[in-house]
Amino acid sequence: MLEQQLINALSLGSVYALFALGFTLVFGVLGVINLSHGAIFMLGSYAALLLVEHLALPLWLAMLAAMLVSGLIGLLVDYLVLKPLRARNAPHLAPMIATIGVATILTSLAQGLFGAENKRFPVGTIPEDSYNWGHLHVTAVQIGIVLISFILMLVLLAVMRRTQLGRALRAIAESPKAAYLLGINVEGLFYLTSFAAAALGGAAGVLVGLSFNAITPFMGQPMLHKGIAVIILGGMGDIRGAMIAGLFLGFAEVLTVAYISSDFRDAVGFGLLFLILLVKPSGMFGKVLERKA
Amino acid sequence: MLQLKNISKNFGGLQVLQDVNFNVPQGGIFGLIGPNGAGKTTVFNLITGLLRASGGAIEFDGQDIGKVAPHKITERGIARTFQNIRVFKEMSLLENVVVGMHDHMHYGFGSLLLNLGGFRKIEAQARERALELLSWVRLDHKAQMLADSLSYGEQRKLEFARALATKPKLLLLDEPVAGMNPAEKTELMTEILNIKQRGFSIFMIEHDMRFVMGLCDRIAVLNFGRIIAEGSPDQIKNNPEVIEAYLGKEDAE
Amino acid sequence: MIELITNMGFMDWWDGFWSTYNTVIFSLGVNAMLALSIYITLSCGLLSLANAAFMGIGAYTAALISMQTGLPFPAALALGGALPALVALVIGIPTLRLSGVYLAMATLGFGEVVRVIVLNMDITGGPLGLNGIPLKTEWWHIVLLLALTLYILARIRRSKIGRAFEAIKEDEVAARLMGINVAGYKLLAFVIGAAIAGVAGGLNAHYTFTIGPGNYAFENAVEILTMAVFGGTSTLIGPTLGGMILTLLPEALRDFNSYRAVVNGLILVLVILYLPKGIWDPRRLRAFFQRKPQTGGNN
Repeated sequence: MLEQQLINALSLGSVYALFALGFTLVFGVLGVINLSHGAIFMLGSYAALLLVEHLALPLWLAMLAAMLVSGLIGLLVDYLVLKPLRARNAPHLAPMIATIGVATILTSLAQGLFGAENKRFPVGTIPEDSYNWGHLHVTAVQIGIVLISFILMLVLLAVMRRTQLGRALRAIAESPKAAYLLGINVEGLFYLTSFAAAALGGAAGVLVGLSFNAITPFMGQPMLHKGIAVIILGGMGDIRGAMIAGLFLGFAEVLTVAYISSDFRDAVGFGLLFLILLVKPSGMFGKVLERKA
Repeated sequence: MLQLKNISKNFGGLQVLQDVNFNVPQGGIFGLIGPNGAGKTTVFNLITGLLRASGGAIEFDGQDIGKVAPHKITERGIARTFQNIRVFKEMSLLENVVVGMHDHMHYGFGSLLLNLGGFRKIEAQARERALELLSWVRLDHKAQMLADSLSYGEQRKLEFARALATKPKLLLLDEPVAGMNPAEKTELMTEILNIKQRGFSIFMIEHDMRFVMGLCDRIAVLNFGRIIAEGSPDQIKNNPEVIEAYLGKEDAE
Repeated sequence: MIELITNMGFMDWWDGFWSTYNTVIFSLGVNAMLALSIYITLSCGLLSLANAAFMGIGAYTAALISMQTGLPFPAALALGGALPALVALVIGIPTLRLSGVYLAMATLGFGEVVRVIVLNMDITGGPLGLNGIPLKTEWWHIVLLLALTLYILARIRRSKIGRAFEAIKEDEVAARLMGINVAGYKLLAFVIGAAIAGVAGGLNAHYTFTIGPGNYAFENAVEILTMAVFGGTSTLIGPTLGGMILTLLPEALRDFNSYRAVVNGLILVLVILYLPKGIWDPRRLRAFFQRKPQTGGNN
């Protein structure tokens, strides 16, 4: 029984980790908490749904396209909202408040365009296969989720650690001014980061959409809240931390539902959040963050 | 007055300060100089409680202040200005200085709410004193203007006035003339001498050798986190180690 | 409309008007108080997304007291303000040591936790909330409490507390070195904000007859934030005005009710981008009015 829960936890945790990655990437590089990440996650899900419904795209293609669409939305948000604030050197609360506004706009637009009810993928889109292994039951969807999440995360990690691009991003995370003086195209990389982070968020959206087969305009909000808990747990701006904390939250939630009560599932994340803020605010892996100009 | 005893500080694996020993005497101007990155601002951060030393002790008036929180340091009588000027831009000059008196204004919540005599008197007194301090640095005619509207040199003077409002015994000045032209520097020199003459002790970090030599009574030199010399300006000027530390570096101007 | 008034007589018209619009008018005052509750936290650089939750705690407390005890209305309101203040104190002490961004996240989280707890408690009626709250709020309660709030906040602004808030908002490090206990003052702002929100919640509960966890969710925290940001946070007039205008706006634009959320979001984004100090910005207004004599010209 426990093993079964662990499998569910792994699947859930991978998505949390994937979502948190985009979130923490933006914080690390742009220094901003983009609270519209949840809305972008939701739009990614709708994008995939629409592409499958209306263009009959195969799932894998729909997912890639949805990632592209999400990425573009993220880029747009950065260009229209975050960039002017950067240019003005606005106080740090400003981008947070502005992205809350963006999230509200995107969510209401989705509600207006698609309606508030649960939408499902057309029958037959989602593979029904499952495998049994003793008393363990694993669905193809779960395997897909874990695989795709891990692949994306490892790709990101590889880029950050082993490429010139990654080095540039880490330099910006340390100090944008210094990076600029080193000749790094900081503004361009800001756009790229926003795009990539949104694409990852959109990917997470598609995976969650497939996993629960219930897409609504409001699915971004709870996800955002969990994402916040995850990135604080893992250390804000820390990619590896986000991955591990995401998995950790997945496990914590599943085990809470299984052994305590499903009522408190959503509160688990925040319970952990408070705990960590009390004990080690920089997160499980974060170093004390005082970002230089 | 202020004693650093065997102070060391490391960040992770980076040793920023080591075996730092010196004494800032009362009344007079003490200077700490050294090449960029020598660790001077770290010393200030340690004194004001923004950082904690990895080893050694800091004593002020005979009391260990190593563990004192930053907002309690002013209580002990130490005030500080910053290298990148940190005045409250959206507040008027007068308000900036009055903030400095925060710790010395005592009235109860009731008095505050009902605008009672005690409250009114203390607020009025604070404003008077603030105006006086502004007059010391010759900024009183701009008292109601926003701090943002001042020139760089004026903002620096405002910072002085604000620091003085905390009724310090020792004033820590972090690179007071950074980014100023020669005319502004000369003016600031006079200001600092004025402050010294009013009885405040001053401990200054600076790059500008001429400024330091002209102003300080005693100087300590920091290089790569260690004190390599301490003495009068003449002694320091002719110290071979000091000259070597600065060799090849254009004097900050 | 005029004909209607003269035919029915003023009193009849008034009764009709009142029975339709009394909730809106009451909400003017309540929303002004809510905007002020978030203003006081913003005034020291804190973004508290928990004020909707505090409003909820106050609402439930006051409502339950009215419904289940014999205590008079003022007592219900007082406790409706005191309990959120106490909760704010408890969660504030550990979390207010954190810097701005962590803090905002923590308050957001707190709001969620409260909502989940309320959703699952029996005493609060669970997801259905409380029904049949006695209609005790009168217009003068709201006027009185709004005036009191404004008075207290105005006094605070003019004192060392207000100055300390502003110093903290501008530069925490410099404020600290002025002898200001930053964490302590942030806690004070947080607690005051919670108390105001709680009282507003209590007042609101006693004219809306029914309350539920859905009234105090994140969306509501965003609405409150929008009111304060829109009105402007440099003075007390700003949030008061912002709260009132944004209460009337949905009424004036009845048809656009479904787009209310979009409007809120747009307002937030547009204000932050183009009018960062809100609509009531004394400096901008002064500059605007001072320009006029010059354009009058010496023709």
